[in-house]
Amino acid sequence: MKVAVLKGGRSLERGVSLRSGARVEDALERLGHDVMPLEADGGLVKRLLAEKPDVAFVALHGLGGEDGTAQELLEILGIPFTGPGVAACARCIDKVLAKHELRAAGVPTPDWFAFNETAFRELGAADALGDLEQRLGFPLVVKPSRGGSALGVKFAASWYEVPEALVSAFSYDDRVLLERFVKGRELAVGILGGEALPIVEAIPKAGDSYDFEARYEIGRTSFVCPAELPAGQADVVTERALAAYEALGCSGFSRVDLILGEDGPQVLEVNAIPGLTETSLLPQAAEAAGMSFEQLVERILDLALAPARA
Amino acid sequence: MSEPPHRRRSHASSSDLARYAGLFAERTRVMRSSAMRDLMAVTARPEVISLAGGLPDTSTFPPQAFAAQMTRIAQESAAEALQYGPTEGFRETVDCIVAVMGEEGMLPDPEDVIVTTGGQQAIDLACKALVDPGDAVICEAPTYPGAIPVFCSYQADTIQIECDAEGMRIEALEATLERLDSEGRRPKFIYSVPNFQNPAGVTMSLERRRRLVDLARSRELLVVEDNPYGLLRFEGDPLPPLYQLDGGDFVIYVGTFSKILSPGIRLGWLVAPPPVMEKVVLGKQASDLCTSTLTQYFVREYFGEGRWREYVASLVEIYRARRDAMLAALERYFPPQATWTEPGGGLFIWATLPSYIDTSDLLAKALREDVAFVPGQAAYVDGRGHSSMRLNFSAGNEAEITEGIRRIGKVIAEQVELYGALTSDMTAPHMPGGEAEDMGGTDRPNPTPSISDSSEADSIVLPFRKAGEGGT
Repeated sequence: MKVAVLKGGRSLERGVSLRSGARVEDALERLGHDVMPLEADGGLVKRLLAEKPDVAFVALHGLGGEDGTAQELLEILGIPFTGPGVAACARCIDKVLAKHELRAAGVPTPDWFAFNETAFRELGAADALGDLEQRLGFPLVVKPSRGGSALGVKFAASWYEVPEALVSAFSYDDRVLLERFVKGRELAVGILGGEALPIVEAIPKAGDSYDFEARYEIGRTSFVCPAELPAGQADVVTERALAAYEALGCSGFSRVDLILGEDGPQVLEVNAIPGLTETSLLPQAAEAAGMSFEQLVERILDLALAPARA
Repeated sequence: MSEPPHRRRSHASSSDLARYAGLFAERTRVMRSSAMRDLMAVTARPEVISLAGGLPDTSTFPPQAFAAQMTRIAQESAAEALQYGPTEGFRETVDCIVAVMGEEGMLPDPEDVIVTTGGQQAIDLACKALVDPGDAVICEAPTYPGAIPVFCSYQADTIQIECDAEGMRIEALEATLERLDSEGRRPKFIYSVPNFQNPAGVTMSLERRRRLVDLARSRELLVVEDNPYGLLRFEGDPLPPLYQLDGGDFVIYVGTFSKILSPGIRLGWLVAPPPVMEKVVLGKQASDLCTSTLTQYFVREYFGEGRWREYVASLVEIYRARRDAMLAALERYFPPQATWTEPGGGLFIWATLPSYIDTSDLLAKALREDVAFVPGQAAYVDGRGHSSMRLNFSAGNEAEITEGIRRIGKVIAEQVELYGALTSDMTAPHMPGGEAEDMGGTDRPNPTPSISDSSEADSIVLPFRKAGEGGT
């Protein structure tokens, strides 16, 4: 089968995407497919039209690739593609939209406020910040609404740190959210074709607690899969992850990130197209389920070609 | 010939990786954040005006001269130029080095010189010879971003001493030395870039140079003087290198052809007293046996033509005009809250923004405008420098520099305006943005430990000039 692997692009997660893409290409070659690596740049559509692949493996992360843009093009061109469709991607990439959907579906997610840059520049939204302490408490987490990695995510320990954190977050997007900080265990649930893979727990090594960057460095964070959780609790985590996947309309594969605090697991975000690099969580979870990377890639392809996108 | 079926290396599975992870040496735990690396990866897009690199301009090197030199090497010395050479380098290369150092008033004994693969290897070899894990190494704050991975890879305890308009603050250095003394520790060396420092662009004053050399002598400490930019002086009188003031007893000197000829030839050097040199040579042997013989021949030919001083003078003209263009653009496009250094040479300007702007985040915004710089954090081991940036003026022409600064100025202005809108009604007595904040006591989760120490974040005092005010 002729498989185009879309990778790179202009997003800030370009580096991760190139690593995901290269690893997927290797696996596809080993599986005997005709692999066509495609850099997501100005010539993308032209090459897709010329080469007419049977299916596109979307290994793009961040804006432009994980937000529905590339998926929209592929739909227009009539090329089946891996991972969630346009609408699910658009919901997942926008954390504010995703949280509304989750809440509407009854999936627990930490309390939040969201602001547009315009609200501050033109509508005097700063006056509304005074309520933060009562509504969310401190510390709180400030995040750009769109963007997959930890870039621009800051903690504000007090009211005084909020403006600075907002300035950082607004560097990445014109919409940001202020979210209640939940102390707890960091969990990720990979979902493949509507079925949950074993739960992964990210445990920062001593001294690196709450260092988001540690997640991306081998040796600075240890991952445990399956996470050591009491059976009942693991079931709740998995249930909520699946509920989040459903609520956002995902299909194919995705990864749900949760925090397990005192009030039980809450969903932080859903990554429509999670990383597939050597250090990424979804492939680790698949491996824990007895699935090699090749098997994972083959299954993702099968799901893309299944007659009805669930 | 038929091509092999698999040309690319197969990628490891995560279990493979876990297996490797157990094998990695402690020294591979680099300090540089992966987020920063990913950001810098995006700066390589061709449409981006990059003020981030440190590239000298090699476009004016005459191709005819290049061709003639290589032809002579091929005709006259092909076998030797293709052969291994001595670990210390060819005597003829050392003669060229002595000539270059003589230009700045230094007279090294040729026996004390080793030719290295760029100045970078000279720093590496100095560490290899001197630094055990946990040893203290002192450098400037900010320091050459490329030195940090070297110090890290030897697991040095890197201590940074603040700079001001006159370079490293010697009384701060003395206080640090006292503190180390009281802990029964002695730094292995003090690393300094005294001329047109990378990244800050500042030059150490003569008085400080004397004090540093005296201090090293009286305490019997080594200084590693890295001087890539000394000959790229745009104005004013040259100051004596530390090596000259000291006479070479306690100063190890690092030089390079990268900025006066070509970084592509990877030729630098290290000058050290004989006992140190003995260890450095052993280290060099282990690393790569010898520096490229071919490029040593290239340098010999180039210096034989006797026009190297003219070429350096032409570079000085080019870079001076580019610095002037950058200073004018900063004046025009950066907001009044920004400050920057005014280097009298070298390749870099260091700009500092209000402390509420994190330049790593700003870079993400700047990249959407297709412009890049180096966030200040890259020049610190401890996360300081988060509101500063390094701007290079040697790589692009005046028009590119002006446009690049205009774009950066635009994104800064947006952030300044936004911060104003966010804080206009905040009447709290103690706001971030002015002085360093007191974070005392809060149980604050820290997403980027690098900026945790903001109490020190802006203690660096460089020769700032506010836009719109006169020069200092």
